[in-house]
Amino acid sequence: MDAVINVTVIDREGNTHELEGPTDMNMNLMELCKAYELPVEGTCGGMALCASCHMYVLTVHDLPEPSEEEEDMLDQAFFVEANSRLGCQIRLTPELDGITVRLAPVGE
Amino acid sequence: MIETDILIIGAGPVGLFTVFEAGLLKMRCHLIDSLPQPGGQLTEIYPKKPIYDIPGYPSVLAGELVKNLMEQIAPFQPGFTLGERAETLEKLDDGSFQLITNKGTVHRAPVVAIAGGLGCFEPRKPPIDNIDEFEDHGVDYIIKDPEVYRDKRVVVAGGGDSALDWTIFLAELAKEVVLVHRRTGFRGAPDSVEKVEELARSGRIHLITEAQVVGLSGNGRLDAVVIDQKDKGEFLHPTDHFVPLFGLSPKLGPIGEWGLQISNNAIEVDTFDYSTNIPGIYAIGDINSYPGKLKLILCGFHEATLMCQSAFKVVNPDKKLSFKYTTVTGVTGFETA
Repeated sequence: MDAVINVTVIDREGNTHELEGPTDMNMNLMELCKAYELPVEGTCGGMALCASCHMYVLTVHDLPEPSEEEEDMLDQAFFVEANSRLGCQIRLTPELDGITVRLAPVGE
Repeated sequence: MIETDILIIGAGPVGLFTVFEAGLLKMRCHLIDSLPQPGGQLTEIYPKKPIYDIPGYPSVLAGELVKNLMEQIAPFQPGFTLGERAETLEKLDDGSFQLITNKGTVHRAPVVAIAGGLGCFEPRKPPIDNIDEFEDHGVDYIIKDPEVYRDKRVVVAGGGDSALDWTIFLAELAKEVVLVHRRTGFRGAPDSVEKVEELARSGRIHLITEAQVVGLSGNGRLDAVVIDQKDKGEFLHPTDHFVPLFGLSPKLGPIGEWGLQISNNAIEVDTFDYSTNIPGIYAIGDINSYPGKLKLILCGFHEATLMCQSAFKVVNPDKKLSFKYTTVTGVTGFETA
């Protein structure tokens, strides 16, 4: 299987970015966004402890359910929707090919 | 006024270790941090998380590492200004620096080491368009004086310990307390969760779950919040105060206004000694930037060590520095004054 998947990210200004995500580097969506210099802070480094990689999943993909830690952290995020996730908790796998996410608004 | 050799901004792991390396060279240090306790992110965000890349520790809890660092630097008797934010920094005529905190504490030193990590921790502000208008006019991110809420109507938002604790506290004091939370479950201490649910059952507080505050209204002073609740949609709820409690997040803050070369929220340094564009000011740890930079605690320790060698020349312009190993000379702390 191809080790690269296509990921679409819509930034906070509504611009669409087409990213290529490697699935063999143990990378997550937060890290991929950072690698493309999209405005995702990832303050805590991916421990589900800061909510700065809050995003909405717009396509239907078979994602693992959020952990209790992720839910707890989403409590500290704003404008949380049913499709809200922390990018750092979504690992890039071949099943995610074609996924589209939108970055959630951030507070000041 | 507090006078020292090296003024360290940020009491995270790198700031703390600087005290040790400076102490070996007989330089005194004073640390300033906006948080009320030392440790920075390690204490504030992830005290119970194990760290695996500290040399010599196969695994160490972040909180434990901070405790060990405090023990390691104790012989050098560092001073602390905690719970205060470094606000202004100016160079005096004698070449030393004067730093004043947001609470007015004055510090002076010939060397300033900025070990500020990601900046200072400040309350997260909900991204509601007109929220700035109502700050101090009904919207508070921190409860400073609970008496303000006596016999008033208060809407608290959030699902963590501080939201729960303040809801419980305000239930006794305020005329009406509404807690708005995005889901039905709460994180936070089980005792507090139970207490809040009990208060809701007895009608002492109102719990609005699967909901968020999405708007504010009022004329110069808050008079209502807009709550968006699942299944119910948006509705207006009259209130005197809105207290969003969504934890803390780091902001670069006043450091950005000190004339330092900054790119992407980080201070550019020379890797020779981690000096900034202003002689006498150094930047170490997560807050600096240079080609090949990695934001790792162990890299910050290295940076602190090299920085102290350079700082020695600023603090002691007439002395010569000879490098010594701790295995040879041991660690001799300062005498208690």
